[in-house]
Amino acid sequence: MNFTKATFSGVALASLMAGAGFAQTEIQWWHAMGGANGERVDKIAADFNASQSEYKVVPTYKGNYTETMTAAVAAFRAKEHPHLVQVFEVGTATMMAAKGAIYPVEKMMADAGESFDKSDYLPAVISYYQTPEGELLSMPFNSSTPVLWYNADALKAAGVEAPKTWDDVKAASQALVNNGMECGISFGWQSWVMVENFSAWHDLEMGTKENGFAGFDTEFTFNNEKVAARLDDIAAMSEGNLFKYGGRRGDSLPMFTNGECGMWMNSSAYYGSIKTQAGFEFGQTMLPLDTNVADAPQNSIIGGATLWALAGHEADEYKGLAQFMTYLSSPEVQAWWHQETGYVPITTAAYELSKEQGFYDANPGTDTAIQQLSLNTPTANSRGIRFGNFVQVRDVINEEMEALWAGDKTAQQALDAAADRGNDLLRKFERAAK
Amino acid sequence: MLKRVHFPSSVLPFLLVAPQIIVTVVFFLWPAAQAIYQSFLIEDAFGLSTEFVWFENFELLFADAHYLDSFWRTLFFSAAVALLSMSVALILAGFADRIVRGATAYRTLLIWPYAVAPVLAGALWVFMFNPTLGIFPYFLDMLGVDWNHYLNGSQAMALVIFAAAWKQIAYNFLFYLAAMQSIPLSLIEAAAIDGAGPVRRFKDFVFPLISPTTFFLLVINAVYAFFDTFGIIHAITQGGPANSTTILVYKVFNDGFVGLDLGGSAAQSVILMFLVIIMTVVQFRYVERKVEY
Repeated sequence: MNFTKATFSGVALASLMAGAGFAQTEIQWWHAMGGANGERVDKIAADFNASQSEYKVVPTYKGNYTETMTAAVAAFRAKEHPHLVQVFEVGTATMMAAKGAIYPVEKMMADAGESFDKSDYLPAVISYYQTPEGELLSMPFNSSTPVLWYNADALKAAGVEAPKTWDDVKAASQALVNNGMECGISFGWQSWVMVENFSAWHDLEMGTKENGFAGFDTEFTFNNEKVAARLDDIAAMSEGNLFKYGGRRGDSLPMFTNGECGMWMNSSAYYGSIKTQAGFEFGQTMLPLDTNVADAPQNSIIGGATLWALAGHEADEYKGLAQFMTYLSSPEVQAWWHQETGYVPITTAAYELSKEQGFYDANPGTDTAIQQLSLNTPTANSRGIRFGNFVQVRDVINEEMEALWAGDKTAQQALDAAADRGNDLLRKFERAAK
Repeated sequence: MLKRVHFPSSVLPFLLVAPQIIVTVVFFLWPAAQAIYQSFLIEDAFGLSTEFVWFENFELLFADAHYLDSFWRTLFFSAAVALLSMSVALILAGFADRIVRGATAYRTLLIWPYAVAPVLAGALWVFMFNPTLGIFPYFLDMLGVDWNHYLNGSQAMALVIFAAAWKQIAYNFLFYLAAMQSIPLSLIEAAAIDGAGPVRRFKDFVFPLISPTTFFLLVINAVYAFFDTFGIIHAITQGGPANSTTILVYKVFNDGFVGLDLGGSAAQSVILMFLVIIMTVVQFRYVERKVEY
């Protein structure tokens, strides 16, 4: 009783003093990280708040990526928007087009007098979020990239190595099925993995105008014969269950962790889930190369989200936000975030620090994602994509690819239809963004 | 001399209806007006650039083959849900009406699903029919049926119809049972004395006598299938695969809240609004006349 009373009065006293002494400036941060990652976000904010006394970052979970973005948009219309919001990579074009609504991070840092050196950041990560002139618009936070996950026990039992090319993948799938597995390979987030990243990995253009970076008047070109040939080949692998489609996003994860499929292509950020769910030795390796398309891989592109500063708040608040950005991208915070979550570190220093700490030696394969991303200097085809209405375009691609897997269309028909419907959405966006 | 009865005017009646009027204006008329206004605009997500375009959003919709497909799909879905849930409820009510012992227990159990929120109902069916983990695909596999509603559009459609109908059976059952129990026992007994068996009694007496309830439920179920099934579809298929379960109300959500195409989404909701008005008018005007009371 006494203890409770004492604590209570202590808290009351402290809050009184805080009220009287200095008013902390609050910075609202809306994010989409639920569960364990949400707790990590809270920890980052709490640690920052403890490190200084002027500002207080208040993180709020607003649902999944789409819900968070919609909430921010609605709040902006009602003029009650937060200072900082986490937006997934496909929302980039929408955010970018909203010129009066956003405060480019690089400009914000300069205005607040906070030192900021872009060369500290991994090129493959920040190139996705730059203007054609090279200005960084938003702060990368959680980025991942697709990798090839494999069931090491199953591959060993079937007597095959982890595949490096698509021919290897086919051979390994056949060996796995011959050895009694139900299916060879599956994948999730198929637009991201099989169209967006397949194109970047083989240095193929996905749309005109530098994949949309150079203007909203872009058109899709992913319906080329190289992508079509790869997809047709995969569709043919359905015969005999060498390939099995398991749904959108991460819906096919159980097929891999149950030991149904021996290989699975999806985000490197599934590391935590696979580690807890898989009852076998697993590994990750780089995306397979299509030797008919390229002799060597280019680099893969990221997925995940960045933090956008929204315009319309006080200069003093942005000063605090800029300090928080510096704290967030410090090597210690980034290395911790990377090692805990499986997202890639956003700065070279954080990568080096993780190396020094021996993280990659203790967890082999966890640097696959970062190696893939930094394999080569990104080209116009491989630095990312920037298409308007891309959330809907991804749905269109999903729908058409499902028609392909169901055998209703050939790959060329499906891709042509997806490009046609996607172009309509691009025109609609171009018009609304004018 | 004409004599009029004069009541002293009072503010009380106005005050008494005011809450209802306010609720209607704030939660129905105002948003509806907003939706109509929004449907004439082409706008970016943040509302920074707005163009007034009259009916262009509607023109775009009716030129879109996918939207028209979604129209027919919605009609099929609604008809299937209403038919399935009403016929199952009717049969169950017919049996429950005859039960004497333990009737309350049966009734309570049959009403339970109605208390389940749509999203939870969806989640239940998702787990039962998950192609990898679910119990039903496992049984179906024994029967030689390869269940994969992630890929097979017809299976996905069947699944959302089952889930949506299952949830509505309880509601329909409740009304059917009440209607059956309000039929005077003397009528049924007279029929029984004349030698009519249970099936005959149901066909010639019970069913015609409960036709007002059937009519009422038809309206309710159609509206349910059109609007309230959103949660179920969102939880089970998210409109996939390849749009095969995207009904109109799901498309409104998807285009508006996922795609942030507010004008197009508003235009769709305006069309839905008129559709419901027409549906209700037609049903009350024409169908009701044929119902025997």
